[in-house]
Amino acid sequence: MTHKTLVQISKDLAAGRYSSREITQDIIADIKARDSIYNSFISLSEDLALAQADAADASRIAGDAGILTGVPFAHKDLFCTKGHATTAASKMLENFVPPYESTVGQRLLSAGAVCVGKTNMDEFAMGSSNENSFFGAVKNPWDLTAVPGGSSGGSAAAVAAGLVPAATGTDTGGSIRQPASFCNLTGIKPTYGRVSRFGIIAYASSLDQAGPLCQTAEDAAIMLNAMAGFDEQDSTSIQQATPDFSADLNLPLQGLKVGLPKEFFGPGLNSEVADCIMMAVKKIEALGAQIIDISLPNLELSIPAYYVIAPSEASSNLSRFDGVRYGYRCDQPKDLMDLYCRSRAEGFGTEVKRRIMVGTYALSEGYYDAYYVKAQRIRRLIKDDFTRALSQVDVIMGPVAPTPAFNLGSNTKDPVAMYLEDIYTLSANMAGIPAMSTPAGFVNGRPVGLHIMGNYFAEAKLLNIAHQYQQVTDWHLQTPTSNQIKGA
Amino acid sequence: MSWEIVIGLEIHVQLATKSKLFSGAKVGFGAEPNTQTTLVDLGMPGSLPVFNEEALRMAVTFGTAIDAEIGKHSVFARKNYFYPDSPKGYQTSQMDHPIVGMGHLDIQLEDGSTKRIGVTRAHLEEDAGKSLHDDFDGMTGIDLNRSSTPLLEIVSEPDMRSAKEAVAYMRKMHAIVTTIGISDGNMAEGSMRCDANVSIRPKGQQKLGTRAELKNINSFRFIERAINVEVERQIDILEDGGKIAQETRLYDADKNETRPMRSKEEANDYRYFPCPDLLPIKIDDAYIEAIRHTLPELPDQRSARFMSQLGLSQYDAEVLSSSRTLADYFEAVVAVCNDAKLSANWVTGELARYMNQHNLEIDAAPVSATQLGQLINRIKDDTINGKGAKTVLDELWNQAGEVDTIIATKGLKQVSDIGAIENMVDDVIAANSKQVQQYVDAEVEKRGKMLGFFMGQVMKASQGSANPGQVNGLLKKKLDALC
Repeated sequence: MTHKTLVQISKDLAAGRYSSREITQDIIADIKARDSIYNSFISLSEDLALAQADAADASRIAGDAGILTGVPFAHKDLFCTKGHATTAASKMLENFVPPYESTVGQRLLSAGAVCVGKTNMDEFAMGSSNENSFFGAVKNPWDLTAVPGGSSGGSAAAVAAGLVPAATGTDTGGSIRQPASFCNLTGIKPTYGRVSRFGIIAYASSLDQAGPLCQTAEDAAIMLNAMAGFDEQDSTSIQQATPDFSADLNLPLQGLKVGLPKEFFGPGLNSEVADCIMMAVKKIEALGAQIIDISLPNLELSIPAYYVIAPSEASSNLSRFDGVRYGYRCDQPKDLMDLYCRSRAEGFGTEVKRRIMVGTYALSEGYYDAYYVKAQRIRRLIKDDFTRALSQVDVIMGPVAPTPAFNLGSNTKDPVAMYLEDIYTLSANMAGIPAMSTPAGFVNGRPVGLHIMGNYFAEAKLLNIAHQYQQVTDWHLQTPTSNQIKGA
Repeated sequence: MSWEIVIGLEIHVQLATKSKLFSGAKVGFGAEPNTQTTLVDLGMPGSLPVFNEEALRMAVTFGTAIDAEIGKHSVFARKNYFYPDSPKGYQTSQMDHPIVGMGHLDIQLEDGSTKRIGVTRAHLEEDAGKSLHDDFDGMTGIDLNRSSTPLLEIVSEPDMRSAKEAVAYMRKMHAIVTTIGISDGNMAEGSMRCDANVSIRPKGQQKLGTRAELKNINSFRFIERAINVEVERQIDILEDGGKIAQETRLYDADKNETRPMRSKEEANDYRYFPCPDLLPIKIDDAYIEAIRHTLPELPDQRSARFMSQLGLSQYDAEVLSSSRTLADYFEAVVAVCNDAKLSANWVTGELARYMNQHNLEIDAAPVSATQLGQLINRIKDDTINGKGAKTVLDELWNQAGEVDTIIATKGLKQVSDIGAIENMVDDVIAANSKQVQQYVDAEVEKRGKMLGFFMGQVMKASQGSANPGQVNGLLKKKLDALC
């Protein structure tokens, strides 16, 4: 089954080459056999998956099968799964079993998809390397000495390793796109509000957005079709008809205006990554697009602004993990204050505690105006930059990250160096626009992703571009097994 | 030194919505712990709030009723603090952009004059759950049924100058919120409670003194007592050369004293910031005006009409307009008997006594307005006297029945046969010669009082059924003839 795309599996199921139960069993066996190398899964939901697979097989017999019926996938362990542990990769929620399903999860289940398990991630989605997990770091299937990116690193590694054809992720500052870039995948962060956040454990509510990680744009469109849509349980979800994201995949790119922001190609960018990106841009130009130089002057401010806004929201969002109602509780608390302090000190990891403290500080009386209010002002400037740019061009392209996947352990001692990894991805979350990564080459055997950003609700346009690019390139078809795995 | 008292109130009104402010759970009092909750009220991971627009309509209705500016762009903010009955670790409230801005209401002072009290703002917020400290040995239980119940917090200007004014303000606020139907106003169940900011300053000084905040006062009586005892405390401190600490204090009704709350609970920096899970509320003039048009007659308007149209005293008019149900009841009584004065007397007098005794609100009274109106009709047409009417009311209160049937079966029809009454009067005068002599010997102005004895005797002889007016007239005539 390894490295079959979602579309291939869907066709095989439709043709009766195997049942959903069979492929689900195979996939679970494969994960059990091989994932000890990558550590991409936190848990497998074998019983639930087989029940879902049987239901899918039954609905196929009944003639009710859709494109996702019986197709296995994995959830980032931030999506609440009814009756199955949901940990956010934290000791705090090590034993938490939600009695409810996230809206995205419910929509995928309703479409007939089969969830085989929960993937590893940075704790509470805080990180860019998947090294901040209570369940251990994840290794990049392309190079086991490299990180897979974060925070959706387990999802990316699982798909890249060919363990599952698709996985869900969340992207608060690049957490879908950067791992997709590092693992040679197609990953899309939709417009803020396109996908319901209900049942996804919140990191930074005004920035969080869920999306898929897949091997191809075609697969990503199918996943997004199932995941997206208005949800009355999420007040920030957008009450707008969801288009068929697969419908425009085959449109030609003739006349497409592509903006290249000079700020994306500054001194911090690895020159070989820059070469990959420029080659990809040339390919797109050859498909009929017009390349235009643009500027996003406030881009560099996105890092300080993001690292005020996201921790501020996180400090409040994570207050509910207090040892009172669910989750980790310290042993033998002396009193209420001891219960709070020790449960949180023992239950949260270092990076989570760092961000809670940064956010608490930024919201404190006397500092609020200087940090939070100013960061919101910068956020508006960044949004205005994109609005201006996207009135001149249809989409914006550039690198997803300044470098290919870096080595495990190389950035863990310097949080600021780690934060700089997010320079190209944060701004799309700040503005709320859709953005994606598509495979665009390799540097020393490590993948490089092309970043495509578009206007609000332009997901179909982004997927169309990625799909057209994938028709004339084969980067996305390469797999770690087709190359030689380093460090194995 | 002469001190001036300065009081501002923060009133929490529980809105009478069917479901909670941010979830579909039912709002209710007295259910089994944690049964009226959803994932949102329990603060489960990944759960998200959804704003109940009925609460918005109620808040805007209140704003129009106190002639306030309405915030066309209001924002929910998170107030962050840890407490076991605060399941999310923050309370969703409003800070910089409340739904209701500056407004005002008028209170009536004891001298009959009117004073305008400024209302600074009113904002929507969710209630917390409850910590149950007594039910579990050595542990605390958490009941989240009340979590996310909608509250309107109404903040006044520091415009009140006595505990009585504070009570009058609270009563007027109670009348308004019950009249416009946004709350049941039930203070015993916590539907309406207040915090009082109290300070004193030397008369004539402009600068405000340091204030103490008295928390969670839940009855009109306690507001007055708590403020008075706090004012005494502050005067004692200042007159002894001390300083008032700015602090939060609790009123202990049993000991009739205020005492500081633990400082731990007030040393919070709440780190307010706009709630990213909720969109700003945007409303337009059309929405506000549509609500303004639905406003019922407000307590002040109704009270004025009771005086001008029905000829009631200011006191009766205010009491009867103090809640919509009471005013509606009163008007229904008047509609039946067409006598506003008698209706007012019976509603605020005898009926109110029963309601107080049984701790009932008017809408739960077992005597309907129609029955009370019919009863008053029987007084007016001299079928029964006042004493008989009280007996009928007692019957009506304690068991169902028709006014006329009760009068007949209880034999309460009053004797207005002048011959029969004259016989009874003559008998009483004949049987009490000693008292008659005293009456004759008494000074003229004292005789009126002494007449009461003879009245009592005749009414007793008639078993209460004699027409008291006729008895009184005959007695006076016959006794005075002996003098």
